[in-house]
Amino acid sequence: MFSIIRTIWEVFLHAFQKRFTVQYPEEKVPLPPRWRGRIILSRDPDGGERCVACYLCAVACPVDCIALQATEDDTGRRYPEFFRINFSRCIFCGYCEEACPTYAIQLIPEFEMSEYERQNMVYEKEHLLIDGVGKYPGYNYWRVAGVAIGGKDKGEAEREAPPVDVRDLLP
Amino acid sequence: MNILYPVLIVLGVLIGALTMAAGLIWLERRLLALWQDRYGPNRVGPFGIFQVLADMIKIFFKEDWIPPFADRWVFIIAPGIIIATVLLSFAVVPVVPNVVIADLNIGLLYFLGMSSLGVYSVILAGWASNNKYALLGSVRAASQMLSYEVFMGLALMGPVMLAGSFSLVDIVEAQRGMWFVVPQFLAFLLFLVAGTAEMRRLPFDIPEAESELIAGYHSEYSGMKFGMFFVGEYLGVVLVSSLITVLFFGGWQGPVLPPIVWFLLKVFAFIAFFILLRAALPRPRFDQLLGWGWKLMLPLALLNVLATGAFMLLWGGRV
Repeated sequence: MFSIIRTIWEVFLHAFQKRFTVQYPEEKVPLPPRWRGRIILSRDPDGGERCVACYLCAVACPVDCIALQATEDDTGRRYPEFFRINFSRCIFCGYCEEACPTYAIQLIPEFEMSEYERQNMVYEKEHLLIDGVGKYPGYNYWRVAGVAIGGKDKGEAEREAPPVDVRDLLP
Repeated sequence: MNILYPVLIVLGVLIGALTMAAGLIWLERRLLALWQDRYGPNRVGPFGIFQVLADMIKIFFKEDWIPPFADRWVFIIAPGIIIATVLLSFAVVPVVPNVVIADLNIGLLYFLGMSSLGVYSVILAGWASNNKYALLGSVRAASQMLSYEVFMGLALMGPVMLAGSFSLVDIVEAQRGMWFVVPQFLAFLLFLVAGTAEMRRLPFDIPEAESELIAGYHSEYSGMKFGMFFVGEYLGVVLVSSLITVLFFGGWQGPVLPPIVWFLLKVFAFIAFFILLRAALPRPRFDQLLGWGWKLMLPLALLNVLATGAFMLLWGGRV
C-alpha cells in the first residue's frame, strides 16, 4: 500500500525533470564524427579524385548497391567512369569505407536523405564527389603509390626507393 | 425566458462535458508524456491542442467495419449506450449555484443507477462481437463493475448521512463549513478506487487488458464506434472527477474566485490525478482486483457507514 503511494509520488516528481525528447527538425541530434551516414567520395589535397576504381567497395558491399566502371585518363591514372550508389538499398554498414585502399569512399554523419521519388535515391558520381579530403587530410594516394602516371615516374613517389635494375644484380 | 433557461443549461452542460471529454484526449497524452519525460503531441496548433481535431477527422474517415459474424444491431447500439448513460448522469451534477439540469432528490441514487446501466454497453459489445476475447473482456467488465458498485454505493452513504439528503445540491450546501473529505476521508479513498474501477480506467482496465485480451470488449470495433467507447471513457473520467468534487470537495465553494472557476479547478485536479494513476501504476491481476473489492473495500465501506452513524448518534447530528 505504501509502495503504491510512493510510486504515484515519484512519477509525479517526473513532472519537474528534464524531458529526453530532442525536438528534431528544430533541434538537431548531436552525431559523433564517426557516425555512419551518407556516403561521399573525397578528393586528395591536390583536388584530384581519390577513387582508383578498384571495385573493392562494390565487392565488399553486402547489398550490392555500388556500381562503377573503371577507366584511365591519358596519363595512366585510373578513375571511375561512373560511380553509382543506390541509397534505397544501402544499409550504411561501412564495409565499403573499410575496403577502400585509398580513403576515397567515406561515410559522414548526415542522414537527412529523404526523397519523394525512389529514383532520386540513386546517387551518381557528381552527387557523391565532394571538394574536400573528408576524414583524412593530407593523404594523396598517387603521391605515395609506386605506380607510374603522367608526371611521376617509378621511384619518384614519397618514401620510395628508386627502382632496382634487376640486370645489375646478375653475376 | 423561463422555458429557454433550462434548455440553455442542458446545452451548456452537454457541450461543456463533450468538449472536456475531447480535450482529455490531448490532455491525457500531454500529461502522460510529461510524467514520462517526453513531450507528447505538440505539433498541431499551439501546444498541439488541435491534435484532437486531427484525430477526430482521422477517426471519422476510418472504415467503420461491422464483422459479418457479429450480431449487427446489438453491435451498433452498444457504443451508444455507454455515452448515453454517462451523459445522462451529468444531469444531476451541480456545476454552480442554480446551474444544474435536474436537482433530483435522489440524485446520487440516479447516478449509481446510470453507472450500473453502463455495464450493459460493455456486455452487449462483448456479446455481439462474437469473439472470445471480446466476450472474456465483457465478462470481466461485468464482474468488476458489479462488485465495485456495491461498495461505491456504500462509500457514498457517508456524505449522504452527513448531508441528510441524496440531492447533490444539498450535499454541496452541507459542505459550507467543512468539506466532507475531512470527516469522510475513508469514503473518499473508497470512492476514488471504485470510480476508477467503474470507469475501467487504468490501473483497473482489466476488461481491455491489451496484453491478455487484445482490446477486450472493443476488439472488433473500428472507426467512430471505437471512438465512442473512448469518448464514453473520457466522459466517465470527467463525471467521476466532478462527482468527487461535488461529494467531497465542496463543489463550487471556495474563496475569492467565482464558483465556476473553483469547480473546474477541482475537477481538472482530479482528472490529472486519474491520469497520474495511469502513468504510475501497473495493472493488478483479475482475482486480486475482485479480492480487494469484496474482502477489503466492502468491509471498509461498511465500517465507514457504521462509524459515521455512531458518531452522528453520539454528537447528535452533524459531525
